[in-house]
Amino acid sequence: MSGNDRQRGLEGPPPEERPTPDGRRNEQGIRIDPEVEATHDPRRTVISALVKHEPGVLAEVSGLFSRRQFNIESLTVGPTTDEDRARITLVVEEPDPGIDQVKKQLRKLIPVVSVRELEPDAMRRELALVKVDAADPAQVAAVADMYDATAVDSSPETATYEVTGSRQKIEAAIETFEQFGIREVDRTGMTALARGTDETTGPTPAEASVSAVEDATQTKYTADDD
Amino acid sequence: MSERAATVSPPDERAQEEQKHDRDASTADGTPDPVTSGAQAVVRALENAGVEYAFGVQGGAIMPVYDALYDSEITHVTMAHEQGAAHAADAYGIVAGEPGVCLATSGPGATNLVTGIADADMDSDPLVALTGQVPTEFVGNDAFQETDTTGVTTPITKDNTFAADPDRVGDDVGEAFALAGEGRPGPTLVDLPKDVTNADTEAEPATPETPDTYEVQERADPEIVAEAAERIEAATRPAMLLGGGVIKGEASETCREFAIEHEIPVITTMPGLGAFPEDHELSMEMAGMHGTGYANMAITHCDTLIAVGTRFDDRLTGGIETFAPDAAVIHVDIDPAEISKNIHADYPLIGDADTVVSQLAEAVDASPEATKWRAQCQQWKSEYSMAYDVPSEQSGDEPSTSSKMPEDEPVQPEFVVEALDEATDDDAIVTTGVGQHQMWACQYWTFTEPRTWVSSHGLGTMGYGLPAAIGARLAADDDQEVVCVDGDGSFLMTMQGLSVAVRENLDITVAVLNNEYIGMVRQWQDAFFEGRHAASDYNWMPEFDKLAEAFGARGFRIDDYDEVADVIAEAVAYDGPSVIDVHIDPEANVYPMVPSGGDNGQFALTEDQL
Repeated sequence: MSGNDRQRGLEGPPPEERPTPDGRRNEQGIRIDPEVEATHDPRRTVISALVKHEPGVLAEVSGLFSRRQFNIESLTVGPTTDEDRARITLVVEEPDPGIDQVKKQLRKLIPVVSVRELEPDAMRRELALVKVDAADPAQVAAVADMYDATAVDSSPETATYEVTGSRQKIEAAIETFEQFGIREVDRTGMTALARGTDETTGPTPAEASVSAVEDATQTKYTADDD
Repeated sequence: MSERAATVSPPDERAQEEQKHDRDASTADGTPDPVTSGAQAVVRALENAGVEYAFGVQGGAIMPVYDALYDSEITHVTMAHEQGAAHAADAYGIVAGEPGVCLATSGPGATNLVTGIADADMDSDPLVALTGQVPTEFVGNDAFQETDTTGVTTPITKDNTFAADPDRVGDDVGEAFALAGEGRPGPTLVDLPKDVTNADTEAEPATPETPDTYEVQERADPEIVAEAAERIEAATRPAMLLGGGVIKGEASETCREFAIEHEIPVITTMPGLGAFPEDHELSMEMAGMHGTGYANMAITHCDTLIAVGTRFDDRLTGGIETFAPDAAVIHVDIDPAEISKNIHADYPLIGDADTVVSQLAEAVDASPEATKWRAQCQQWKSEYSMAYDVPSEQSGDEPSTSSKMPEDEPVQPEFVVEALDEATDDDAIVTTGVGQHQMWACQYWTFTEPRTWVSSHGLGTMGYGLPAAIGARLAADDDQEVVCVDGDGSFLMTMQGLSVAVRENLDITVAVLNNEYIGMVRQWQDAFFEGRHAASDYNWMPEFDKLAEAFGARGFRIDDYDEVADVIAEAVAYDGPSVIDVHIDPEANVYPMVPSGGDNGQFALTEDQL
């Protein structure tokens, strides 16, 4: 039994002689029920977090997203009326268990005060600066008018417009401006607030479990167009 | 021996010197002097938190803190390397159940702590790291020994703070201490710029409190508890899975009572070793990649899994799709983010392990009817028994498959682990490095008590064992034995810690299971890389027994079976640090084994089954 010639191991029935269970789990760790398909498709949603207004918080939040491989589309941060608090608005695209993880992991960061996933009817706005070639100023102005864009700068060769609105509107505007030749674009990412008296990051309801969820991704954005 | 003892044991003198400083530190009536500097506020915060020991290494930017510590009753253990300081403090925290404290200077001091901090983070061990930093006005200038320590450690700490204000620095440290130990424990760090610790302040630190944004849920939702209780009552194949959270949450006793009352077989994770007595018939021992065959059968075939304080690490679950695929999962965890992170929880119970298991115990009225299942579990225990090849003369009642002469045969590592277990009391503490020796320790040491298993689980840090033994020694009761089961590769990484063990005259026994390989890598190369031993074959190792003697420790060597019992007895009995260089069968492998991402129920018993 010495050395390399020995196949050392333990006694017992080999793998092929063992009983195996019929069940399986999907990649999200959920037992697969043959009657209910349990896999979740990614959906896009907006998460708002109230955080302590102190150095390093943004790095902490963005670091969390990269190291946990959360799929993040945009992140905005800005001060609030409380000088000790800032608000971070995130657009993420994940399946439900992933969105649940995003919320819980965010909440776990010590400088994070509260976290909430916004309702589909929440107000969402983005701002973009679009710098286009101004060879045909009249036509550019006509397109700008179509999207309620405001001219913020013009030069003999360029015109820069500010567009605000839903993500869909911004994207449509950019697409339309493209016919003139876009030189540069800067977008803020999404800002969002809950409607009416509903507090955007108010006291988090004890909803640790996966919140009620809409299946459609696109409808939320068209519904909010202006 | 006596010569060495004379040259290396000045601790008595040092103790007197320390007492002198203690007297300096307080006024005649015993009340401590008022704080006059940031550094004193830091030390006062540690004293207020009840800290007895701190582990660290001096250096420029942390000097003010050390100067303040010089007058404190806190015993500072000067380590040989900052990594060892972090591991020692981590192990101290595991054994003591309260945060261990480590100190280092800026730059390399802080970065050397990083491995230990990451280790504590992965294993949820309570740890407070205090790092010196260059003076505030130099921060950002790439000053000498400057590192963005809070930046580097953000992903591996529960929270960290750059202490910018001398009037708050004591509170920053107090807060870090409270946060490290509360809820799910973890490492915290306070970065201390030298100008802040040198600055004048009279601000006495407040009582340590966690930040106001930190919330811990103690009790689980009673409705889900009731549903989970019903599920348990209706189970026909129930199993409990106890993780490290059971030990950290002081829930071992409650879990034992619950399992025994309802006769539910108990599986542990690796960090959960000691949560349930492995000599109990309900114990299935450890599951996972190198868990027992019977634990892996039980976890694969159960219909209800009561998982307490575990994060379903991939080394435990193997492939997700085949993990406990028939089981409704009742998941008890204090960290909501662990619920349904890797394995979906059918019954999510967020709260303190002891509180929630008590809630469950109250809610479960009838034990599950699982006689057949228990019989099945017992059958698996005999079918997949952890018997190994060992000469019969030496094995006593152990099952054996060979009867060759012992002296002709290389010593099997399992035999050494069992002999160490045999030679020590039930409450002996075991620390390890990472690799094959660690797995043999898991498999062949019979753990019966919580806080006796001190290892690097999540991060898998080779070199953890010796510094951990130092920290564990200082946290343990005086009559508790501390044994480090180490590997040759692991020992070589942090063996400079021997100088500390000798200087502090710490009673620890290190058994180096020496196969002159990075053994686990060699085992994988044999199984998965066609036996190509790339960079795993050391082929040569220093003589660890002589090295130990050079440090001033006792050194022993074992080559043959007939030396094992006597040498271990002598080493364990020695009142000070000892190292046994155990030359084991270099070809010994760890089985059973579930390959990465494999099906737990399809564990291999031999290499050709992989």
